[in-house]
Amino acid sequence: MQRSHTLVVLVEDQPGVLNRVVSLMRRRHFNIDSITVGHSEQPGLSRMTLIVTGEDNEVEQAGKQLYKLLEVVKVTDIPAEDAITRELVIVKVAAKGPQRAEVIQIAEIYSARILDATPNTLMIQATGSEDHIDSFLAMMKVFGIREMARSGKIAMSRGSMPAKQGRIDRIGDGSYAVAD
Amino acid sequence: MVVADPTMDEPRTQATAEAPQAAQEVLSGARITCRSIDAEGVKTVFGYPGGAVIPLYDAIPAASFKHVLVRFEQWAALAAVGYARATGDVGVCIATSGPGATNLVTALADAFLDSVPIVAITGQVNQSLIGRDGFQEVDITGITLPVTKHNYLVRRPEDIAPTIKEAFYLARSGRPGPVLVDIPKDVFLASAPFTYPTKTGRKSYQPNLVPNMRQVRLAANAINSAKKPVIMAGHGIILSRAEDDFRRFAERSGIPVIYTLLGLGAMDEHHPQSLGMMGMHGHRHVNRALEECDLLVNIGARFDDRATGKVAGFAPNAKIVHVDIDPAEIGKNIRTDVPVVGDAGEALKLLVNEVDQRDHASWMAWIQSERNVALERALDDIPETPEPYAIIKAIADVTDREAIVTTDVGQHQMWSAQYLGIKHGMRWITSGGLGTMGFGLPSAIGAKMGRPDLEVWAVIGDGGFQMSSSEMATAVQERLDINIAVINNGHLGMVRQWQDLFQNRNYSEVAISSPDFVKLAEAYGATGIRVTKSDEIVPAIERARSIKGPVLVEFVIDPEANVYPIVPPGASNSEMMHHPQWVPAEEDL
Repeated sequence: MQRSHTLVVLVEDQPGVLNRVVSLMRRRHFNIDSITVGHSEQPGLSRMTLIVTGEDNEVEQAGKQLYKLLEVVKVTDIPAEDAITRELVIVKVAAKGPQRAEVIQIAEIYSARILDATPNTLMIQATGSEDHIDSFLAMMKVFGIREMARSGKIAMSRGSMPAKQGRIDRIGDGSYAVAD
Repeated sequence: MVVADPTMDEPRTQATAEAPQAAQEVLSGARITCRSIDAEGVKTVFGYPGGAVIPLYDAIPAASFKHVLVRFEQWAALAAVGYARATGDVGVCIATSGPGATNLVTALADAFLDSVPIVAITGQVNQSLIGRDGFQEVDITGITLPVTKHNYLVRRPEDIAPTIKEAFYLARSGRPGPVLVDIPKDVFLASAPFTYPTKTGRKSYQPNLVPNMRQVRLAANAINSAKKPVIMAGHGIILSRAEDDFRRFAERSGIPVIYTLLGLGAMDEHHPQSLGMMGMHGHRHVNRALEECDLLVNIGARFDDRATGKVAGFAPNAKIVHVDIDPAEIGKNIRTDVPVVGDAGEALKLLVNEVDQRDHASWMAWIQSERNVALERALDDIPETPEPYAIIKAIADVTDREAIVTTDVGQHQMWSAQYLGIKHGMRWITSGGLGTMGFGLPSAIGAKMGRPDLEVWAVIGDGGFQMSSSEMATAVQERLDINIAVINNGHLGMVRQWQDLFQNRNYSEVAISSPDFVKLAEAYGATGIRVTKSDEIVPAIERARSIKGPVLVEFVIDPEANVYPIVPPGASNSEMMHHPQWVPAEEDL
């Protein structure tokens, strides 16, 4: 069954590492829906969040192939029920005259923040799940979106266990991952 | 490959026990590169100079390793492949920036697909020119990303030694493969203090060597309860130098052994349990055994499509045990019931203690009854025109199967794989995954440089020979005792065979002319011999062995000769086709 997977990939922060990851996904015919890269809590390690759609075994293969890249320290496929994902969007919305108050009111409903204002527009930042952002944008469209920048997803799993350094995790049945 | 790299976990005391460091030597990047290659114990490198590596070549005369000047960079890298496969050590090649570097790409892909440890050193333009389309600039680290295990662009002279140390470690450890180190000209020219590091390795790179014992026991249980098991032996056994462990395991379990193209030689093919090669040109009884078996134990092979045929029809009744050092191979092509991730040698050492002593006599007898007796009888007939099988068998007989044999790619390669009766894995050097034409001659040069003590034969077609025939000059310049058997059918034979069998004999661009091979050999300063009759085969082989320097023996064969059996592309192994005259008896089919 094709479904969306959230892969968190911890990589050594080296020149060209993003190219290596993306090139691997392309040449092995895995499709990336979204990718974000940034720092992790550990100095020297970057955290990538890849959203990929595929059969479970295909995504497992993608994870194993990622492990073969020297800079890849850890790959975690966060199960949908455990994943908390967030996106950020910044929009410049037409907001003139009486519409202005309405835009601000709707922004408040979505816990969005006003970042900048001009006589004709408001710049608003919203964060949340994909659905939350989609819904917010649908409302803003009514007023006219002049410009939009939307980040990819970042994700973290619930509970106290960090998705940090270690050996193969959630790859196959795990039985052949680590010696007894 | 068993890689408890001694340098990885060297006790601290050893490092501190060294004499208090005197003033460190300050050397140019070029000299650091040479000293690093020397420190890795490399005896021979293969290369071709050019602008960006002029500083490196300035330092080469003072190095301890020998440099072999090839005639084309691709053949330098394939010579390094031949060297690596014959010795088990890392092969090294050097090329300049731009076209020199891009010429390596095919050979790097060859080494990548066949898991061969080589290190390629390429020159790069000055760093100030990188990204500005400088003369002979190409982004070789970008270009080779998909065909190397890893690659590096070195930016400072002090990084050269640690990078080369890591490159060698990566190339030979875990699942071996090619590693490229790109060094800009200004880095060769700049100086830095030199000490060769004693340790290397990265936290993020930890090959799985010793398998999980729980998985080993699951595999052993499957083996002990199987009624019709087959072992599929792959290149991993040879890369791990685990032939002895493998034979002990095979003999104890009593299981018949079949081979992938690169697994040939994992055990002597004349061993009573050896059945020969599987797959597209596998023997009839081998592919029949695959159809019938209830357990397939794959050790160190990656289920290549030429071995499996159509996946849906592969070993349809079998449970699959797969031993591989690379977890990504598990389940990549074939569903696996019992994965065992680890080095082949380590896994075999554990497995042998867990499996019962058995002999599988009736199963073995059934498999033997499935041999294509008609074909085997036909091979004993010697027609007047040299029969390709007779040539291959004669090379095997005369050399007592002790010579290193390299091949090119095509019909002669399959004839060799079927009928050499390979005894030692490291003496069978052929391009498997990539199928690189032109492979035969340069890999023979590399093999001979690595193992001057062994007789070397290159079996090559007339097409492939013309791709890399320039390396005759290299062989002569180095006075190498290599014997080259050119199997000449005047065609690109394997393509001709496919057009014959699957394209209604629409022969498109497969007839190929050749120079007079005897005169060509003589023009290079080598010896040439032509064989046109069957009774000349053995004397010509004997004569070639007695002559110093490179000898080319041209065997003129019937252009219509095909390789049989053949599994049509996309078909299951069970659908193999046989020679019309060598069809097995009706009741067998």
